[in-house]
Amino acid sequence: MKKLAAMLMLATALVAPGWALAKDVTIEAQMVRYSGHAAYLAVYLTDPAGTYHSTLWVSGHKTKYYGTLRGWVQGVSQAGSINLDGITGASVGGGETLTVHADLADALIDAGYQIHVDTAVENGGEYADDAMIQVTSTPATIDGSGYVSKLSVSM
Amino acid sequence: MRRFHAWAGLAGLALVVFMAVTGCALSIQPLLDAATAAPAGGTLSVADVAGRVAEQVPGVQRLVRSASGQLVAHAFDGATHKAEIVDPNSGEAIGAYAPSPFFIFITELHRSLFLDWAGHGVAGVASLAILILSASGIGLLLRKMGGWRQLFAAARGSGSQRLHTNLARAAVTALILTATTGIYMSAVYFELVPSADSAFTFAPTGAGTTPAPIATLPELASVPLSDLRELVFPAADDPSDVFAVTTGAGLGYVDQATGAMLLFTPNSVWQQVYELVYTLHTGQGAWMLAVLLGLGALAAPALAITGSTIWWLRRRSTPRLTGNASAREADTVILVGSESGSTWGFAANLHEALSVSGHRVHLAAMNDLRRSYPKASCLLVLTATYGDGAAPASARQFLARVKTLASRPAFAALGFGDRSFPRFCAHASEVEAALTARGLKPLLPVYGVDRQSPADFAAWGRLLGERLGIELPLSHVPSRPRTDSFVLEERSLYGVEVQAPVALLRFTMPEFRPGLPKWLGGRAMPHFEAGDLVGILAPGNDVPRYYSLASSSRDGVLEICVRKQAGGLCSEYLHAIAPGDTVEAFIRPNPDFRPDRTRRPLILIGAGAGVAPLAGFVRTSRRRPVHLFYGARHPASDFLYHREFQEALADGRLSSLTTAFSRVLGGGYVQDRLLNEAAAIQELVRRGAQIMVCGGREMATGVRETIDTCLEPLGLSVDALKRKGRYLEDAY
Repeated sequence: MKKLAAMLMLATALVAPGWALAKDVTIEAQMVRYSGHAAYLAVYLTDPAGTYHSTLWVSGHKTKYYGTLRGWVQGVSQAGSINLDGITGASVGGGETLTVHADLADALIDAGYQIHVDTAVENGGEYADDAMIQVTSTPATIDGSGYVSKLSVSM
Repeated sequence: MRRFHAWAGLAGLALVVFMAVTGCALSIQPLLDAATAAPAGGTLSVADVAGRVAEQVPGVQRLVRSASGQLVAHAFDGATHKAEIVDPNSGEAIGAYAPSPFFIFITELHRSLFLDWAGHGVAGVASLAILILSASGIGLLLRKMGGWRQLFAAARGSGSQRLHTNLARAAVTALILTATTGIYMSAVYFELVPSADSAFTFAPTGAGTTPAPIATLPELASVPLSDLRELVFPAADDPSDVFAVTTGAGLGYVDQATGAMLLFTPNSVWQQVYELVYTLHTGQGAWMLAVLLGLGALAAPALAITGSTIWWLRRRSTPRLTGNASAREADTVILVGSESGSTWGFAANLHEALSVSGHRVHLAAMNDLRRSYPKASCLLVLTATYGDGAAPASARQFLARVKTLASRPAFAALGFGDRSFPRFCAHASEVEAALTARGLKPLLPVYGVDRQSPADFAAWGRLLGERLGIELPLSHVPSRPRTDSFVLEERSLYGVEVQAPVALLRFTMPEFRPGLPKWLGGRAMPHFEAGDLVGILAPGNDVPRYYSLASSSRDGVLEICVRKQAGGLCSEYLHAIAPGDTVEAFIRPNPDFRPDRTRRPLILIGAGAGVAPLAGFVRTSRRRPVHLFYGARHPASDFLYHREFQEALADGRLSSLTTAFSRVLGGGYVQDRLLNEAAAIQELVRRGAQIMVCGGREMATGVRETIDTCLEPLGLSVDALKRKGRYLEDAY
């Protein structure tokens, strides 16, 4: 059990070292048209075994609500460290689209790694694994089960 | 302070009204929640309820209890997410949870206008504006009423002034509560106070052995349902995951196998403060508070409208001045006491003449007297006299405020009045006495201007100019008030035999064509009530003479009683006109002389022509006992409204009529009758009666003394009743 604040200080080589071969991956989460407060989102990667690998993006600024992104929090707590520097942004409202650009090492592509999106809304639902999609070199789109309408990945 | 209040109100008008209207809409939510929440029977524990819900709602992940007691289970059955309202007693789902899109929309609008942090800032400013307006409003009211003890005395002034005062007094507590809690919540948002958020922690890991039945877990069984905020169930596929239970006290993690508390983080003091503030602001879970807050918020738009009206009327009644110096900079200060606004014209003329001669002049109402005028060497007070030597509307607080005046400029008081009245310019003399007592030196003795005479005014200007060593040419000709034409329809003469001729005159307004719009030549009859005044201009004279109205505009006629005064220009004119003749007249509201709208008894006391407005009140009285004391000279000669009063007695609009005739054997004055009936008057006053007196000044003084005598055994006085608006006078 560690406090998030302490963990934010531990910088880790997050996704891809600069010298490795990497691709710019575009992840788009199209939100359902719902009325209500803007949603908190966590976009993160798991390895072929389903274990948490790294965080790509977190939407929403108030850390006290991060606990509602349950799948992500569970993964992060098992991994033991996280650095959210430069990968957080505003919460996302109904009907909007969140676009995340990530440099993913070639080794992570077409290798069974999965992108997960957790969502949560104040006074609304909390969806661990709202949507999941394989990291593939061919563009793909799948439907979400909660606040995410469609999740797509392309590069 | 009044100017500050007015400008703050106008500047924040749209914002405050917006926040109040949205806030009022939100106040309905706790009421609806309270009406729809399923009640929990007995004292259930979280373990009981969670166990039942886990059985009844497959895949339950979270259980959320709102402040109103509503329980919502969030579940994921492998394919879809569901949110169900559950019955705490059975754990069964009783309906889908669908938060109202309306309230979600209004909530976001109210707290941030959908503008994120900028919107939160706007909302905070609005709260601050409400607090500032409430505080300055209380300050103004304290000054107007004369202290905390009189704070709830009857409001005075025009309709919008009274409405503004009454609404504000009723709503100010709710508004201050809303505003201070709103400011606190803004401060939390902008992190100006320590954050209320407990630091985010990761859940500890549980024992990982076989889960026990939920209902048997001791740490969940020890939490009553009423304390629960949220219960997060462990992930179904993870035996080492734990229950996360949030209560009013803090956040705890409970092992799903042993039921032991693995970790408990109590809420910080700041979080407890925030939760209290949040409840006080939203009324969530406290619907009665929400209703009070909502009603308070509802008053805000009404306060904005009445406040703007007051500001606009005041602005319209004071002349536009070019180059009015500030009170701080001025070497000469002019203060005006005016009832109808006519004195302002003279003051503006004086302001202009002094400015031309190089003075820096500050002109303001007498009620706006400051504590100090640092550069002023000369204070000029221009004041009319109202009624029986009383202060006019814009000077009512002057004598109280003089006591705090720190500057000592030389002063001159100029009174405006009518020399035919014995207390000609009485208020100006009172002002002089008060200023002298404060240590100010008079430049000139009190000087009176008779009937707005331009010649008197110019003469005073010459005297003042000599003392100041300047040329001071004053030439103000009062502008003729805007009038309407009224045609005399009916005229009856009374009292000639007893040397007190009184004419009862009824006028109509033929120009008045109801129902037609203005552009088609239609004209609304000016609105008036019995007790209001009509100003009548005798031909060739621009100074109006005022008479109390016995009718209201609903009657379609304008009715007055005019006592013929020897040498009285206007009364002689009105006694000379014949039916069909036209007079020029205008209405002046007299809102401080109207019966209150209660069912308590009404005591009307009048003499001579002063009975006119009282007759009007008798005509319109409904469902309240009215007792009339009426004094005249002889029943056969000047008994005005004789037949009408008999009819009113017969049909119950009048409960009693007590007359006093001075020219009959064994007769007397109305005061004598009051003394005879002292016991009855005491009883009526005990029952909350309102007393209204109309007549000559001497009669009014006599009645005041008599009533004081009558009320002495009750420990009450006319002054005490006056403060509560239960003793009203209209003396002429």
